[in-house]
Amino acid sequence: MDLLRFITAGSVDDGKSTLIGRLLYDSKNILTDQLEALEKQTRNKDNGEIDLALLTDGLRAEREQGITIDVAYKYFSTPKRKFIIADAPGHIQYTRNMVTGASNANLIIILVDARNGVVEQTRRHSIIASLLNIPHVVVAINKMDLVDYSQDRYNDIVIDYAEVARNLNLKDVTFLPISALKGDNIVDKSFSLPWYEGPTLLELLETVKVEQDIDLTRSRLAVQYVIRPQTEDLHDYRGYAGKIASGIYRKGDPITILPSGLTSRIKTIETGGKEVEEAFAPQSVIIQLEDDIDISRGDLLVTGDSHPIVEQEFDVLLCWMDSKKLKPGNKYFLQLGSRTVRGLVKTIDYKLDVNTLKKEPEPGEAGLNDIVKATIRTATPLPFDRYSELPANGGAILIDETSFVTVGACMLQ
Amino acid sequence: MSKAQDYQLDYLDQLESEAIHILREVAGQFERPALLFSGGKDSITLVHLALKAFRPGRFPFPLVHIDTGHNFPEALAFRDQLAASIGEKLIVRNVEDTIRTRQLTEPVGKFASRNALQTFTLLDTIEEFGFDACIGGARRDEEKARAKERIFSIRDEFGGWDPKRQRPELWNIYNGRIRKGENVRAFPISNWTELDIWNYIRREEISLPSIYFSHNREVIDFQGQWVAVSPFIRIDPTDRVETRLVRYRTVGDMTCTAAVESEASVIDDIIREIIATRTSERGETRIDDKVSEAAMEDRKKNGYF
Repeated sequence: MDLLRFITAGSVDDGKSTLIGRLLYDSKNILTDQLEALEKQTRNKDNGEIDLALLTDGLRAEREQGITIDVAYKYFSTPKRKFIIADAPGHIQYTRNMVTGASNANLIIILVDARNGVVEQTRRHSIIASLLNIPHVVVAINKMDLVDYSQDRYNDIVIDYAEVARNLNLKDVTFLPISALKGDNIVDKSFSLPWYEGPTLLELLETVKVEQDIDLTRSRLAVQYVIRPQTEDLHDYRGYAGKIASGIYRKGDPITILPSGLTSRIKTIETGGKEVEEAFAPQSVIIQLEDDIDISRGDLLVTGDSHPIVEQEFDVLLCWMDSKKLKPGNKYFLQLGSRTVRGLVKTIDYKLDVNTLKKEPEPGEAGLNDIVKATIRTATPLPFDRYSELPANGGAILIDETSFVTVGACMLQ
Repeated sequence: MSKAQDYQLDYLDQLESEAIHILREVAGQFERPALLFSGGKDSITLVHLALKAFRPGRFPFPLVHIDTGHNFPEALAFRDQLAASIGEKLIVRNVEDTIRTRQLTEPVGKFASRNALQTFTLLDTIEEFGFDACIGGARRDEEKARAKERIFSIRDEFGGWDPKRQRPELWNIYNGRIRKGENVRAFPISNWTELDIWNYIRREEISLPSIYFSHNREVIDFQGQWVAVSPFIRIDPTDRVETRLVRYRTVGDMTCTAAVESEASVIDDIIREIIATRTSERGETRIDDKVSEAAMEDRKKNGYF
């Protein structure tokens, strides 16, 4: 059985948590005690209907305010597939939490309130989907019950959003009309939407193809940890442990170690304590090489001809996630996989206007939730791939040098 | 050229690889990590994953057990035997000692639980050994507050979790940098569900303490939950002690873990029962979570695991 990780996004009150609640409820993935707890909490609500949003809003502050502050992860499965849902906040101030949830998603559901159509947060979340290269986008036009299940209204929004998708170069966009509150088109087909002939949301989630999402052609493996038993019988054992980010590794393959550029061959590959002939992404492995070379945490082992870029200066698209401003000249730690280097933000080239998608040149600084293009110089050469080509080796975080907080997400270009 | 479908990982393999990656990140980023080991199935699974992550080398961390003194004897025996069989270091610290040295007040009542007190022992142990990261077997499907926690969860010098100030955590890049006094709780099996754990235990043939399987036990009925008779709970005259065929779905303290009636004596039966059950693991077996809607969140804010 395979696994689909998806995220729900959209503006506040677009019904994200309700949608997830409905998905779990209608696919019979809510257990009785959870349902009882839910009923107990909703008893004093006005309309008496079960508030499915309470299933995911797990923090006291969230229940008090009726909003989602941080990502909640939910798990469910059907006979066809296993799902991990990231229920992300819609509020603009919690965008960084949304980015957290989106970074590992194969698919994003962008909810649009049928009454309001495409709004600023729809665009912002679509930009993030595009920045993070989420392979599949589902635009769920929600609250169709509140617009009398109008096909015209639905079509208007589809046309509006298609424009956004075109501007952002989003691939594989699917639209569908739903009502999360009423359960229309979530798990079961809706009688209220006879004009809609496509799959329900669950059918879509069960059938979207995820095999191509992992790159098997370019081999990238960052060393996390060096295993040296130093026992009598394993005196010379030196195993480079890491998770294959992309590609396939085979015994005997020539290996280049980056950034040093030294070369060797694969002597053994072990996974789960067993020696194997080959291993592939996303397996965790231990690799031994033929030669005794100085290799440590953060080094990248690559095979084949398609090598990553090794540079000390590069452009990034950057989502700024801290209330302290980003200014040219600021220094940070930059972490890409298991490699951490010191980095200087040389220039901020432009800031992206979330509404118009226009580029404001040289904004001088970036604030919380801004998306900018910047140039970074690192203290030592960094092996990386363009995020748009190989996300598994093209995303990095910036860490504040004194508070150690994660302040920025970089998509290397 | 091989076809892409030959290179597909089953979901259990994906989860396993993710967990091993997290364990190695802890090993690579921290000076003095520890693996918190309770003797329950989740931490036993963690140990199994650590063997896959670090053998033929040794674990770069000791196993640490915070013993409340209210544990199931079967779980304690299993703990000692497991640590001995893999030849790794086991550190045990007792809540009993913390109660004495810190003059803590023991909770009273029918099921007086030391669950809250173990946080004191945990924080003292972290300080005693200077642990900068503690690996734990918490899963996000267990509980709503856990569902919100990052894989690397930064705790302040009081061990406290601030859910409103969690660091962004992108891709599989874990930022373990901390200031003096802070420490990290790392959760490699965050994305596993109860069923995933059981399926993995079956696939990997991991052994478990006997109390996970059906056995006869003296229990009392407390609000529809079967609680084992032990010296740690108060038996009232109105209680009816009876012997039932039960097993445990989770293993915590004898004071706050309830048994479920079951004839499941092998893993396959347990998995069948879990698939058929309509009650969550914590809902069915934990007496301590029902106190309030935010019980777990509050405990985590106070330094709980």
